Amino acid sequence: MSGAVSEKGAAIEVRAVEKRFGNVGIIRDLNLSVAQGERHAIIGPNGAGKSTTFNLISGHIKPTSGEVRLNGDVISGLRPFEINRRGLSRSFQVTNVFARMTVWENVRCAVLWATGHRYAFWKNVDSLPEVRERTAQILDDIHLTHRRDVPAGLLTYAEQRELEIGITIAGGATVVMLDEPTAGMSHAETDRAVSLIRRLTEGKTLVIVEHDMSVVFGLADRISVLVYGHIIASGTPEEIRRDPKVKEAYLGEEAH
Amino acid sequence: MTTATTSTSKVAADTSGGSLRFYSVWLLGIAALIVLPMIFSSGGSLTSFSLIGIAIVFALSYNILLGQTGLLSFGHAVHYGLGGFAACHMMNAVVSHGWPIPLPFIPLFGGLGGLIFAVIIGWVMTKRAGTVFAMISLGIGELVASSSLILRSVFGGESGITTDRTALPKMLGWSFGPQLQVYYLIAFWLVLSTIAMYALTRTPLGRISNAVRDNPERVQFIGYDPHVVRYLAFCFAGFFAGVAGGLAAINFEIANSAYLGAIQSGFVLFSTFIGGTAYFFGPILGAIMVTYLQLGLANLTSAWQLYFGIIFIGIVMFSPGGIAGLLMMHRPLVRAGTLWTVIPSYLVAVVPTLAFACGVILTIETVARYSTGEAINLFGIGFKPTSPITWIAAAVLVVGGAFIARLSWRQIAEAWDRAATIARDRGYVA
Repeated sequence: MSGAVSEKGAAIEVRAVEKRFGNVGIIRDLNLSVAQGERHAIIGPNGAGKSTTFNLISGHIKPTSGEVRLNGDVISGLRPFEINRRGLSRSFQVTNVFARMTVWENVRCAVLWATGHRYAFWKNVDSLPEVRERTAQILDDIHLTHRRDVPAGLLTYAEQRELEIGITIAGGATVVMLDEPTAGMSHAETDRAVSLIRRLTEGKTLVIVEHDMSVVFGLADRISVLVYGHIIASGTPEEIRRDPKVKEAYLGEEAH
Repeated sequence: MTTATTSTSKVAADTSGGSLRFYSVWLLGIAALIVLPMIFSSGGSLTSFSLIGIAIVFALSYNILLGQTGLLSFGHAVHYGLGGFAACHMMNAVVSHGWPIPLPFIPLFGGLGGLIFAVIIGWVMTKRAGTVFAMISLGIGELVASSSLILRSVFGGESGITTDRTALPKMLGWSFGPQLQVYYLIAFWLVLSTIAMYALTRTPLGRISNAVRDNPERVQFIGYDPHVVRYLAFCFAGFFAGVAGGLAAINFEIANSAYLGAIQSGFVLFSTFIGGTAYFFGPILGAIMVTYLQLGLANLTSAWQLYFGIIFIGIVMFSPGGIAGLLMMHRPLVRAGTLWTVIPSYLVAVVPTLAFACGVILTIETVARYSTGEAINLFGIGFKPTSPITWIAAAVLVVGGAFIARLSWRQIAEAWDRAATIARDRGYVA
């Protein structure tokens, strides 16, 4: 408990986390701290373990050792839905929506738990005003109101990515983790997605994995650089830009 | 903010506009159930209607698993059978103890029988979906079916448990001796169960079941435990299968091991899949068609199961959405007003397709009846299975029919593409 009090300021606190698959250590001694309300980007070369880090924090996989705290409480070892109910929500690098359901129903499903309707089988889902309003609001936010009755599997790629973000924020989580939200998007689509992310995560803690450096440096308050499952540097964009270790390991070509 | 409010009010307008049509469909169905036995009042048709009613409840309960939650069960008849046994035992207990429970309440106890077993066995079964669930359901099905022959005190061994529905207290002067009264009892429970199961699809649990079907991984990241969702869906499916079993027990006045066996489980899978799992009404169509075919074909030919298999394979290969899927494919065309461009190609295709089907039937019947020499009667024309003329006719119909039919099907596909493109251009999503 004393530890929890001392870390009160951190939304996410990763301490000495290790993940091994068999003999292969994917994540080694990972330490990461994300403050409340911060926009934190994780960058690193391919195969550095960025998505694995996301999976470890969100409960998708369990760490071999070490601990993860969310708002001071230990969450490592909990299951994904338990972590989600504590206010952490994540998106996926590969679009991961409910393909046969309409856009409207995709977002509505993501609203249901947070509005307290849970597993209810005695309520008509169409006559829950707060669910309807919140769903309509989020569809409006992600600019998909005109596509509300289209099955999610039939959306364009960029629209699916936007829906992915919509589902992620729909539950009202205070900590939002986005895994390469602009991957595969055109420049115009990326700009749109970035302003969308900026607007929707206002007042929330954001952790983002991203390859596009203009997105990272435009969006993030702080950046952590992950190389071979280990964080080699953590700091403001300016500090990261100047850090010689980062230049050497990762930014080298892009910085010059 | 303004957009949000307008879209919300549009939702409200949509639902109120569609609600009139929505309720009229339900009322039409109920009216049909009431009127049907007055038009077809023979004993045979009453029996058929009763069986179809039971099959519909059973198939709809199965679709809670297959269509709504994405769980493929090979042992759904376990709940149906246990519901039947529970109903029989309850009826006998009511009679021997003189409890004031009239017959119309008995299907509820059937449902409880199916539910209790689902509650007990379901938590372990639904831990995993997919192949694991399918295999466990198969195992449980065999386990219960074989136990039913061993545990004689509960299941009555080979002969099963018999009961007398007329011995229960009368309700509104109805003894439920005549088949007509039993039919109305089944129709009543059919309406009740159908409304309840439809309502279930419109609840938070129903929608989350769909989400679990589509993507169980993602569901975990919006706060839901897919295991709990699957378990609850399994319990509901068990309950309504038990209701169907209870209705069957009332109809036949017996419950035996055949109720919970693999054949019964296969039957409900067939009905549901042939009808179409993607739409709520799909299993209703499937149950009507499969029950009717089963009753009709069994009188006509000894090879009826073969036809059954052919129909099933045909649906799986050419129309995985079932009959409901085929029908609903036409909805965008109807809305866009381009359906009429497709119909001529359908009409052209009817003749060669029928010829091909007749050829297949003739071939199967020739093989099936060759040793007995029993004559084949195909649409009033007599064929001798031992005569070379029959063989030539069959060969010509199969080869010629298939050749011309394929050409005509290509025509359909082209006409269809044109019509669908126009429909898409007019903004109706297929």
